Amino acid sequence: MNRVIKNTISNDCALKIQRKSFCTEIVKAAGSTDGQFINEHEQKQTISNNIQQYDVAIVGGGMVGMALACFLASMPLTKQLSVAIIDSNPALGSGLCIKKDDPPDPRVSTITPMSISFLQEAGAWKYVEQNRHAYFDKMQVWDYTGLGYARYDARDVNKDFLGCVAENKVLHSALLSCIKDSDFNKTIYPLSLTSMTLNPSSMSMVDVSFASKESSAQGQSAKLQLSDGSSIYAKLVVGADGGKSRVRELAEFRTTGWNYSQNAIICTVEHASENRCAWQRFLPTGPIALLPMGDKFSNIVWTMNPTESNNRKSICEEAFLKDVNSALDYGYGPHPKSSLSGNRDIFSWFKIDQTLSASEFFEIPPKVVRLASERMVFPLSLRHANSYASKLAVLIGDAAHTVHPLAGQGVNLGFGDAFSLSRIIAEGIALGTDIGEVNLLKKYEADRKPANITMMAILDGFQKAYSIDFGPFNFMRAAAFSGSNYISPLKRSIISYASGDQKFPLFL
Amino acid sequence: MAAAFANQLRNPNTIRRILLQSYSNTTQRCFSKLPHHHPHTTPISSLKDNELAKFAAISDTWWDSEGPFKPLHVMNPTRLAFIRSTLCRHFKRDPNSVRPLEGLKIVDVGCGGGILSEPLARMGATVTGVDAVEKNIKIAQLHADMDPTTSNIEFCCTTAEKLVEQGRQFDAVMALEVIEHVAEPAEFCKSLSALTIGEGATVISTINRSMRAFATAIVGAEYILGWLPKGTHQWSTFLTPMELVLILQRAGINVEEMAGFEYNPVTGRWSLSDDISVNFIAYGTKNTA
Repeated sequence: MNRVIKNTISNDCALKIQRKSFCTEIVKAAGSTDGQFINEHEQKQTISNNIQQYDVAIVGGGMVGMALACFLASMPLTKQLSVAIIDSNPALGSGLCIKKDDPPDPRVSTITPMSISFLQEAGAWKYVEQNRHAYFDKMQVWDYTGLGYARYDARDVNKDFLGCVAENKVLHSALLSCIKDSDFNKTIYPLSLTSMTLNPSSMSMVDVSFASKESSAQGQSAKLQLSDGSSIYAKLVVGADGGKSRVRELAEFRTTGWNYSQNAIICTVEHASENRCAWQRFLPTGPIALLPMGDKFSNIVWTMNPTESNNRKSICEEAFLKDVNSALDYGYGPHPKSSLSGNRDIFSWFKIDQTLSASEFFEIPPKVVRLASERMVFPLSLRHANSYASKLAVLIGDAAHTVHPLAGQGVNLGFGDAFSLSRIIAEGIALGTDIGEVNLLKKYEADRKPANITMMAILDGFQKAYSIDFGPFNFMRAAAFSGSNYISPLKRSIISYASGDQKFPLFL
Repeated sequence: MAAAFANQLRNPNTIRRILLQSYSNTTQRCFSKLPHHHPHTTPISSLKDNELAKFAAISDTWWDSEGPFKPLHVMNPTRLAFIRSTLCRHFKRDPNSVRPLEGLKIVDVGCGGGILSEPLARMGATVTGVDAVEKNIKIAQLHADMDPTTSNIEFCCTTAEKLVEQGRQFDAVMALEVIEHVAEPAEFCKSLSALTIGEGATVISTINRSMRAFATAIVGAEYILGWLPKGTHQWSTFLTPMELVLILQRAGINVEEMAGFEYNPVTGRWSLSDDISVNFIAYGTKNTA
């Protein structure tokens, strides 16, 4: 009965007020398809009759969405918020079960020290450490021309490690455990978002009639319609629903981006002994990265054109491993000379103030002996939302920016977004601001957008720099590499930036 | 010495001129007050019809954060940060609490569309918002009703003086960006004091009568940047921090703390600072008895 009234109110309003989105047919369509969810979650029945009001609705319960929930749960000003998490992934309800003996999943993330500190603060990192993960303190980057290489060492910036590689499922389950162990007031809806109204009049009839006359006075809650036909209200909708974000689409955030017409092959491989270093080599076809995953496993992210990737996905294991070993060794070009012995060292005059790693020699990555997972292929693209925030809605993580997987920065940008948004919500609550207010949410955008764009531009620049194979250009690129290896302030700056300590590279 | 300060308190000529205008001038000449906070020590009837119409015309945009009230929206978090911290200290509340002002009765004099009243209510206070412009009160009520956490705010189209007549008293009294538009600042402060309970708190913000204020708040904000309608402020009616301290003291309120607002043109945000040469905010305690 109540619902009927609400629907009538909404319908009535739709005629008078400009809506961003309005769907009535979803109710009957969704009601028939998602019957099992209603059975599984009987309490949702009551919710659909009596529309629930939440403070925050997080659409997308992936790593970034769950990180936001954890961050909110960890602060005194935000832990009393009522939060709805909307994600049709059944794992959210049942919990992920991770067996330590399972072969490692090829989907991994390189977590920067900055992201680790965020997760530690929220109390989620200890759960990551209970499962397989691998800290690495060294990184070697070199290119196929044999002209330049750079080695980075955590000791250069007085740290214990440069980053940590963990499987996405480990990170995700750690965040889930963290949120389950807290007394945070959250409701998980194992459903998907079908439509969203960003200016419904959720209160009384009087308001509705007034609101329709006075367009200035709009409702302060968004109405979300879910795939079982039920609806919820939220003061703030957070789109953490990935690159194909439904929230982004429904809230009409425009994006800019392009596809690279390149694919990445990812898989898990095994070595004869444990790998403790992150390796990245730039090949004419795209970069190949070998990331330590703990035990004797490593993760491969290899970028190449779509035909090549399809070939390499289907060739036999032996041929694939041979390709990988060649790509990480003599394939495409010679090893770079260790510049200490080389005569062609244009940066030798910088040697006075040297970082430790500058005196390290070029090393050859450990050989890959076995394929430990299936090979997965993903197309690469870059996409950035022109705006992250509007009244009642914000985007975080891949919904706001999809980046090249190079250097594994994607999820770190997402954690950075979630952390920033949680602080801004806390600040808003402290000052009695309505958390859906656009001025508040724009602060989050102002905090994150420049940083995200810079990182995207760098990753895109790398991508572009290596799509050219031209003598003088190759030399310049190599000089840049050597420069980054020998000019200490530059090198420290690069490490700090890549590990997330520094918001902008260099002196910005 | 007291006499010297008393002379400084306000420029009698200016005040007299304004009084004459507001009471006797029934023609359409308007010496335009700030469209936002609209407190009037004078009875409502003294407000000119065209002025009322002007406020009514833009009061719809009170909650449009990109509209005419944008400067106030941008400044609001900074004012609230000061108010929150001083009130938490004054009433010994936990600043990490979500609703630190729970149970406190607060009046927002010249509440406009309620952009200060609502946050105070979300911090837990029992808020009364008063404004002389009826349309403002309607907008404020309407907007506050949309959120259950603010719908209990009491909005009244009245003045501080009338509240005093009704014998109302509050734990804390707010009059932000109001006093510079008031004909009799000393009388106004007496009313604010009368509204405050013994040992209660009073918070007042305004613009300094300094050359920098003239350059920034009038020439800059009104003429160059166009943030505020031309003629919003009359420089000669501004009070210096010292004058404000003195008239509050005479009204029985001891100013305990003062802070300035600093605008950063790069980030477009305001922050609290020690520089009280342009915009400033003062917090005082009402003497007992």
